[in-house]
Order: sequence, then C-alpha cells, then structure tokens
Amino acid sequence: MKHTLTPQRYLVLLAVTLTAPLGDTLLKRGMAQIGTVDMHHLGLLWHALFNPYIDLGILLLIGFFASYMTALSWADLTFVMPATAFGYVVVALLGRFWMHEHLSVYRWAGIFLIVCAVGFVANGPSLTEHPDLNRMDSGAAR
Amino acid sequence: MTAIHTSELRAWSCIIVVAALAIAGECLIAAAMRSLGDLDDIRAESGLLGAIRAVLTSPLFLIGATCMALNFFALLFTLSAVDLSLAAPASASLTYVGNAVAAKLFLHENVDRRRWLAVVCVCAGVFLIAK
Repeated sequence: MKHTLTPQRYLVLLAVTLTAPLGDTLLKRGMAQIGTVDMHHLGLLWHALFNPYIDLGILLLIGFFASYMTALSWADLTFVMPATAFGYVVVALLGRFWMHEHLSVYRWAGIFLIVCAVGFVANGPSLTEHPDLNRMDSGAAR
Repeated sequence: MTAIHTSELRAWSCIIVVAALAIAGECLIAAAMRSLGDLDDIRAESGLLGAIRAVLTSPLFLIGATCMALNFFALLFTLSAVDLSLAAPASASLTYVGNAVAAKLFLHENVDRRRWLAVVCVCAGVFLIAK
C-alpha cells in the first residue's frame, strides 16, 4: 500500500516548513541585538530570553516542534525531513532581504539542489511498511 | 590567514555540534512517536491533553527533547557568531544526512534510492552553501 497524505496533513507539513525558518530568523534578529556570545559571556544567553524577537522566535519554534512531532507520528523521519526543506529557501530569502546578508551564486545553487532533494522524496511513500508489526496489529484487532 | 582559519574552524565546529545533537534528538523523538502511534487518533480518543500526556510520559521523547534543548542553545550560540544563511542550512543539511543514516540503521526505515538521491543532493547543496 502506498501511503498518501490528506490535505490536513499537508497543512501540518506546511506549518513545519514555515515556522522553523521564521523562528530561526527572529532568533538571529534578537541575537544581533544581544551581541556576540562567547565562553566568557555565557550569561548573555539568559539575557537573550528576555528579548521580544527571541521570545517570538521561541514561540514559533514551539509551534514547529508540535507540528513536527505530529508529522512524525504518521510519516517516516526520512520523509518529513526533506518535506521541510523548502524552509531553506525561506531562510535564505529572509537572510537576504531582511538581514541583508550576502548570498553568493554557490549558495543559491546549493539551496536549489536541496529543493531538488525534496522533489525526489515527496514523490515516494510517506511511511515504511513493517510487515511484522502489521501482522501483530491485525492479530491484536482480532 | 590564521585568524580566518580559526574562525572557519570555530564556525564548522559549532555547526557540527548543533547537527549531532539534532540527529540524536530527532531519531529519539521519531522512535518515541513511532511507538506511540498516530497522534491524530490519540487526540480523537483522549483529547489534546491526553495526546500531550502520552507524548510527555514517553522516556524516549524526554531524552530526545533534552538533546533538542541542548541543540537549541548550541544553535543560539552559533547564530551569534555565524551568518544565518550559512549556519541554518548547513547544520540542517548535515542533520538531514545524519538522520537518513540513523533512520536506516536504528529506525529501520526503507531509505530507498529516491531518498539516498535526496541525501546526495543535500550533501552537494551543503558543499555549495559552504563555498
């Protein structure tokens, strides 16, 4: 049986895709205000928890975590991982246009390849069949 | 010259630590979710609180979440020293490659040709991003 996803499950994957890069970008924005953290200034990490950008970033990453775990409960890890890879494109665009970081042609090409990887995996089944486990399940149902 | 090497070494060390913690965390959490079953079914049966309780009482999840918490602070540390457009994709891509291997070995997932091809694309992608 080929495992396919319902529209609701695609929405969960979309949430995984968008919340992670947005959360990361907010963390970067917040950390830019906090300053460089090194071994002698680890206390700044605690200070960072009171920055609104960091807080919003953490909130988004909690949303990411919840939707990610939901996805893992009905799909393989190796299916969910690349399905979220569009986040790399989002994070690159946010880095480029919001953080004004420079993106070289090489980085763009790398991002393109990662997106290709999503295409390969998204076309396959979402969950590995484990015949032994399935037999046990049907045995239990009887 | 040496200063550039030191900062590059530091950046990649940070990225590798972030990735290693993520691989351990994600595999443990995936194993926990697999053993719990479909969260949508659990939520339909015992409500949202029941689903949250089922997740939070899984020992595999708790160890995995600890790894992810450490990964989070390692990522905060890394983001303060390395460009976001390098740190985020590089650590995430390395995590992805490690996850494919770990999922095959420990979770017994069917990592078929299509998924390995994706791993190769991601490896090449990481190489180009780091250039």
